[in-house]
Amino acid sequence: MLDSNKDSLKLEAMKRIVAMIARGKNTSDLFPAVVKNVACKNIEVKKLVYVYLVRYAEEQQDLALLSISTFQRGLKDPNQLIRASALRVLSSIRVTIIVPIMMLAIKEAASDMSPYVRKTAAHAIPKLYSLDPEQKDQLIEVIEKLLADKTTLVAGSVVMAFEEVCPERIDLIHKNYRKLCNLLVDVEEWGQVVIINMLTRYARTQFLNPNLNECLLEEGGESTFYGSDADQDEDEDEDKKDEALSKRKPYVMDPDHRLLLRNTKPLLQSRNAAVVMAVAQLYFHLAPKAEVGVIAKALVRLLRSHSEVQYVVLQNVATMTIKRRGMFEPYLKSFYIRSTDPTQIKVLKLEVLTNLASETNISTILREFQTYIKSMDKDFVAATIQAIGRCATHIGEVRDTCLNGLVQLLSNRDELVVAESVVVIKKLLQMQPEKHSDIIKHMAKLTDNIQVPMARASILWLIGEYCEHVPKIAPDVLRKMAKTFTNEEDIVKLQIINLAAKLYLTNSKQTKLLTQYVLNLAKYDQNYDIRDRARFIRQLIVPTDKCGALSKYAKKLILALKPAPILESPFKDRDHFQLGSLSHLLNTKAGGYQELPDWPQDAPDPSVRNVEVKESVRAVGTVPEWTKCSSREKRKEKKVEKPFYSDSEGESGPTESADSESDSASSSASGSEQSGSGSEESEESEERSDSDEEEEEEEEEYMSLDVLMGPTPSPQVTPVGNFLSSSLVTDLEGLSLTDTVLSPATISPSGSLKSYELLHRITGEGLWVEYCFSRQPFLPDPHMVAVQIQFTNSAATEAKSLRLEEAKLQSGMRVKEFPEIEVLPAGESATVVMGVDFCDSTQAANLQLCTHSRKFFVSIQPPVGELMTPSFMTENEFKKEQGK
Amino acid sequence: MIHSLFLVNSSGDIFLEKHWKSVVSRSVCDYFFEAQERATEPENVPPVIPTPHHYLISVLRHRIYFVAVIQSEVPPLFVIEFLHRVVDTFQDYFGVCTEAAIKDNVVVVYELLEEMLDNGFPLATESNILKELIKPPTILRTMVNTITGSTNVGEQLPTGQLSVVPWRRTGVKYTNNEAYFDVVEEIDVIIDKSGSTITAEIQGVIDACVKLTGMPDLTLSFMNPRLLDDVSFHPCVRFKRWEAERILSFIPPDGNFRLLSYHVSSQNGYPVGYRSLVAIPVYVKHNITFREGSSQGRFDLTLGPKQTMGKGVEAVLVSSQLPRGVLNANLSASQGTYTFDPVTKMLTWDVGKINPQKLPSLKGSMSLQAGASKPDENPSINIQFKIQQMAISGLKVNRLDMYGEKYKPFKGIKYMTKAGKFQVRT
Repeated sequence: MLDSNKDSLKLEAMKRIVAMIARGKNTSDLFPAVVKNVACKNIEVKKLVYVYLVRYAEEQQDLALLSISTFQRGLKDPNQLIRASALRVLSSIRVTIIVPIMMLAIKEAASDMSPYVRKTAAHAIPKLYSLDPEQKDQLIEVIEKLLADKTTLVAGSVVMAFEEVCPERIDLIHKNYRKLCNLLVDVEEWGQVVIINMLTRYARTQFLNPNLNECLLEEGGESTFYGSDADQDEDEDEDKKDEALSKRKPYVMDPDHRLLLRNTKPLLQSRNAAVVMAVAQLYFHLAPKAEVGVIAKALVRLLRSHSEVQYVVLQNVATMTIKRRGMFEPYLKSFYIRSTDPTQIKVLKLEVLTNLASETNISTILREFQTYIKSMDKDFVAATIQAIGRCATHIGEVRDTCLNGLVQLLSNRDELVVAESVVVIKKLLQMQPEKHSDIIKHMAKLTDNIQVPMARASILWLIGEYCEHVPKIAPDVLRKMAKTFTNEEDIVKLQIINLAAKLYLTNSKQTKLLTQYVLNLAKYDQNYDIRDRARFIRQLIVPTDKCGALSKYAKKLILALKPAPILESPFKDRDHFQLGSLSHLLNTKAGGYQELPDWPQDAPDPSVRNVEVKESVRAVGTVPEWTKCSSREKRKEKKVEKPFYSDSEGESGPTESADSESDSASSSASGSEQSGSGSEESEESEERSDSDEEEEEEEEEYMSLDVLMGPTPSPQVTPVGNFLSSSLVTDLEGLSLTDTVLSPATISPSGSLKSYELLHRITGEGLWVEYCFSRQPFLPDPHMVAVQIQFTNSAATEAKSLRLEEAKLQSGMRVKEFPEIEVLPAGESATVVMGVDFCDSTQAANLQLCTHSRKFFVSIQPPVGELMTPSFMTENEFKKEQGK
Repeated sequence: MIHSLFLVNSSGDIFLEKHWKSVVSRSVCDYFFEAQERATEPENVPPVIPTPHHYLISVLRHRIYFVAVIQSEVPPLFVIEFLHRVVDTFQDYFGVCTEAAIKDNVVVVYELLEEMLDNGFPLATESNILKELIKPPTILRTMVNTITGSTNVGEQLPTGQLSVVPWRRTGVKYTNNEAYFDVVEEIDVIIDKSGSTITAEIQGVIDACVKLTGMPDLTLSFMNPRLLDDVSFHPCVRFKRWEAERILSFIPPDGNFRLLSYHVSSQNGYPVGYRSLVAIPVYVKHNITFREGSSQGRFDLTLGPKQTMGKGVEAVLVSSQLPRGVLNANLSASQGTYTFDPVTKMLTWDVGKINPQKLPSLKGSMSLQAGASKPDENPSINIQFKIQQMAISGLKVNRLDMYGEKYKPFKGIKYMTKAGKFQVRT
């Protein structure tokens, strides 16, 4: 059929083959026939051939090579879809010979015009790497290049490639850090997960621990996670915090650190559980203690999801609750167990409830536990009993209540329940044996009924350990056990030997013969452990001539006071794994797990994240910034929360992805700073410039969204406020800057502004006119936007009387012309400023530019984001606006 | 990331396999089967199973296990979420996601999986994009295809993949422009023996079916947005707008999608023991007793509506897992029918509609195993019901506006309340 001329027949044949592959049948003998069709015109046949090819190329390397040329042709196709799919299949063919071809293809595709093809290139990188790890260096180069890519489409895939190929090359991230943070919201969800995980690691290496002060204390108070000591510990915390504060230099969060936290927070609302979890772990690992709480709500929401999701989330919540109990306390009831939950979920919820238990809520929790004990699910009941035991150990007040409850359970009909309670009671009793000899007696009686080996062993151990509390019963129990010794399980036998030994030492009169008997039985036991133990005990306790020295200490050895066991959560030490990771879930290191590094002692240089392009541009605003830096120390304490960009305002935006926007941010921020530099109180001006920056940022985020949405006029954003939320605009209108901003110096062209050509030098017969939006307030009229026009006369003769005449202006538009330039000598240039009221639209202003000899029709097109209203506001006002 | 995928049916056969990297032998699933055997219930199979060389992450949906094979570290939720997305896509394409449906459409399934993952990393998971790449099979299309020999694979790159609105394709055209929104709330309750509420929570979703021409920009506002305690959005919703004004502003995907899911909390944040704010629409009177010594137990259950704002409670279904010792139940229902499965000990009572004048009840006796002692646990009762035209939280949509397109769409909003995990402990 494959040799047929008809596409439909071929298709039918391929479908059958693919169905066979799906069922796991081997169809490799058809390889030659299938490969022939790789150049088939029918797109569906082609796709199925690809599926086949990728599956079997590894096994039939030589024949697979036949198809390569088709893909190479495909790589040059004008259609981006075909280019991408060719690259995809080519890179999926795992044949070592074609590594150089793949390398070439990836390199080419990495600089392709279409972001879709570039994305495919990013996907191809790990494929090639797994095929031939020696290509690593070259691949890193490609990754570096793609990391600089500004489209959201590429970002996720390239970070994925980065994680697979060179996760240790953290230095590649520096320059792209801010961009990634800002793009994050718009990246597709799978990419978000990967990027967030990577940034968590990155932040751990680059920023200081925001909880530094508390961390110092945690070392001292490790065991105080649980209830009884927590309050006291907190008081201590307070005290020591002050101390630590005075000792250490106060902590100030790096603005980039803040940027990351701020940009990831909205993703907690994602519908994708993996994204939510990724953000949660980022907050858990990176955020200051006070802010971690926000993730609790989102995580609790995930508990509504499929049971597999619940399983993973609960595992992580369990780990978190150990460190930060307070975070989930308000959501206690969300962890209540329903009889319909699968057992594994029940057990995890129980774990969380136990971790959350404290003096205040223990009564509610215990009441819940009481209901659980009646459940039909016995595994779950057993887990509940253990949980009760743990609550009892950690919260002193309820210990007796719990113990009584557990003793009542001893009369339960279900053996498993009884056995579990015995084990837990044993552990509890160990903490204060003196008080509870009656319980021990009660348990001794149980030996007749309980058959579960672990429980029997526990009882025997208890009796042995506290035989002085029950001097009458103990020998009797030993007698009974000696009778049944041969039929017991191994662990019970061992405990019988122990019991015998202990009794022998304390009460040798009554038990000497019994002990001898037990030891003799043990001597001939099948299990060598038991034989060993018997031999060892006999040597130790029965004084003989040979080993006098040791037997003197026998009493000390065997009857030594044993410390009470600490019932611990199995999740206690899990937090050294990155939360949400596979390794954390399994509590073992999974292959390829990247250790979450510890916080650095001193922060690495934050300037590595600056992007150079902007560096040269920012000449304008540097002066006030230095003063800011110097006084930064003073203000650190009160402004911890506030991000300010020490020496890099410009990059905060979505960087080059929208050139004009980020430019606008840098220059207007610097503009406002300049305005401040004139005033005396530098403190205030800084505040203002800081807040201005923030404002810019807000605006940018807003705008980038709007720009992405295209020109659809969203209802409540009036066009002038394309970058300002409308409420802000109304408040800002009418305000103007008071300082002398429009001094000639500030108007001088700065390279940061993007110039647009108004008149080309050829059409203008030597006169070359460019304009740019200076982003300065246009003083004569606050509604107008300042447009800076630069005339360059490159003709041989001088140009005279350069002026503008209004031509067809759109209704409502107004223009304030610049004063006429009378003479512009050859080779010289002049700069003027004019004002245009674009009337809140992005329509071009069509004007007539006149010289002494000619007239040119020109138009000034305002790009989105260049229409601004100057504004002045105090810090308080700004904060108020921001809070809206 | 994801190395391979195996689909395993309830009888333990692997009926589909797909590999994205080199081939992993299906013998790796033996570890899965082992775990499956160890687990007593099908849903008790651990989602993550470590094996010497791989990790198996599985989800169970529609009685099919989707087992993904992983070789190295990856966030487990990433895989789980993806697998669920695969199931959702299948459901979307074939209507149902059963073994038979997958087997019938194995080629489409293969093509889908090929598009959804590249080298184990998700590529296109938005159903709008996928539908452009691979047309879902319909009877009509299958007929046309067999006659004309055309294909159901899209010829062009879906525009959504490249545009900034990846969830919507361009050039959508409808003659009837309509937008429907369903506000569906589920109420999760645990009621204890004495009838007091232990926890009560409301989870709601707004599912939308939007069939609008062009690129409409919608805004949806609520009368009482404060009710929403915690929300998660479809990626199309502009988060900033919500933060600032509590208005949902979005360019909708084409067709059906879940716009929003939310949570209305009653108690969280209040001190323990605080009375719940959630109005519970149904009450249950129960009396289930077993007497020591006798082999009989009494069973008495009455349902009644409360706080339903005049709306009828429909599709009531009561189920209860009776203790293992119960041999049979001999009951009489005043309304509806009941069944008791002696093997699983599951009692279900299909009540139907509750008539407030004549409350439905189920009374009778249960026979216990002779000689067995009285079961020490009482069964808990799970209830399902539906209430039309009411959102139990009181959430109300204020208005829906459309911008960006000229025509006037037909708009519709429906409210419904359902029982989620509604459990009464006895």
